[in-house]
Amino acid sequence: MDIELMLKVYPFFLKAAWITILLSVLTAGLGLICGILGASARLSRFSIVRFLGAAYVSVFRGTPALIQLFILYFGGPQIGIQLDAFEAGVIGLGINAGAYMTETIRGGIISIDRGQREAARTLGLSRWQTTYKVILPQAARLLVRPLGVNLNMLIKATALVAAISVIELTYTAQRYIGSTYKPFEMFLLAGVLYMIIIYATGRGVAWLDRKVRIN
Amino acid sequence: MTEHTHFVEIRHAQKSYGALEVLKDISLNVERGQIVGIIGSSGSGKSTLLRAINDLDPLTGGEVWLDGIQVNKSLPHRQYEKHINAMRQQIGMVFQHFNLFPHMTVRENVAMAPKLLKEISKEEANQLAAEQLDHVGMLERIDYYPSQLSGGQKQRVAIARALAMKPKLMLFDEATSALDPELVEEVNQVMKKLAEEHMTMIIVTHEMDFAASVCDRVLFMDKGVVVEEGPPEVVLENPSQKRTREFLRKHIEGAS
Ligand SMILES: Nc1ncnc2c1ncn2[C@@H]1O[C@H](COP(=O)(O)OP(=O)(O)OP(=O)(O)O)[C@@H](O)[C@H]1O
Ligand SMILES: [Mg+2]
Repeated sequence: MDIELMLKVYPFFLKAAWITILLSVLTAGLGLICGILGASARLSRFSIVRFLGAAYVSVFRGTPALIQLFILYFGGPQIGIQLDAFEAGVIGLGINAGAYMTETIRGGIISIDRGQREAARTLGLSRWQTTYKVILPQAARLLVRPLGVNLNMLIKATALVAAISVIELTYTAQRYIGSTYKPFEMFLLAGVLYMIIIYATGRGVAWLDRKVRIN
Repeated sequence: MTEHTHFVEIRHAQKSYGALEVLKDISLNVERGQIVGIIGSSGSGKSTLLRAINDLDPLTGGEVWLDGIQVNKSLPHRQYEKHINAMRQQIGMVFQHFNLFPHMTVRENVAMAPKLLKEISKEEANQLAAEQLDHVGMLERIDYYPSQLSGGQKQRVAIARALAMKPKLMLFDEATSALDPELVEEVNQVMKKLAEEHMTMIIVTHEMDFAASVCDRVLFMDKGVVVEEGPPEVVLENPSQKRTREFLRKHIEGAS
């Protein structure tokens, strides 16, 4: 194993790791927004809205994320959507992650005991007051861990955007293989950096979970 | 138009779940300050009737009136929501399993609804919460979380939470059924105190002694109908209906 080479290219990989982190943060943010909207739709009183929510989940969980990215990035211009690779990556992965988060968030909300909603409505709170004062604060606490799982998957899924030439960790590894012919070292380096990112995120999630848990 | 001269008026209440008829044409009047007990075996429709009063389980037929206003009147969705929220503020409800909000302290549990729904400041709402908690003997635990309380204490907080909205009517659905026997009395004491203060109450209970001591009137329900109704010394001690006698006999056997 060529340790010397790994140390030499390491700073470039570190820079690429920051792109992966930025990509993950933006994707997670967009995913969370889509997930909240999707879960609200899935739980709407209107059947048409519920249907749209269910359709969103089926379509984006039912097709490969890579195909979704390709449609957006390569197919987009044909229907008037011009995005650079990074934008396409964030939007494509964010919408995809949102479909998974929709189901996670919905699960959290429906797991709150029915009696909680009843008690709040009995006091005279409106639907919306009940949701944001009683249901969401409890669901949010329950959701830290399962959303942490979504986050873990999402970080790994950012590797897919190498296929549309976003210069993140995986793409960087591939590029250095072209000049060094050392795939083992290059992918190992990328893998170690992914692991560090995911480990740190996992610790963060566990910390947050402990902090917000009710006793 | 019929006149509504009773404080609470249930007229021809009917409720079905598909083919299952759970309430069959029940009518009931309760006067201001009266305390009505509802007894009956499991599945007879006691909870369904109680929960119809604040429209938690909407009736499929019939009317509920409180103090001259129809609770379950038919209105377009938005208007109905406004109407029912206003009505529910006047009807306190206490559940078997307390349903306290676990993410809030005792104070927040009690102060939240007044803070949101009444035009009072945060300080006034907290003051109100303290008063109500004092009333049920829970002032010392005001900064605790529900998980740090015993069942009896939880139920007393739940009563204070309902009282903080200054309801005209209180509904109790087996408030002591989930409690360890030694914790029942502290909750019964609070309910007796409310009775002395002339709170109008409808109480679903399995405790015949308690019903006998606080209720002005007792209803025995079976299979969705009111079989017998009258003063507790009649319904509980000298019932005229065979079904009531059977229920009480089984109940005594089950309790001993
Ligand atoms: N959501 C529902 N869907 C279908 N059936 C229901 C529903 N809720 C209640 N029921 C049925 O209605 C009947 C009356 O139920 P209810 O809860 O009012 O009885 P209860 O007298 O309060 O009994 P318990 O003493 O066990 O609390 C029961 O047969 C019950 O199975
Ligand atoms: Mg019941």
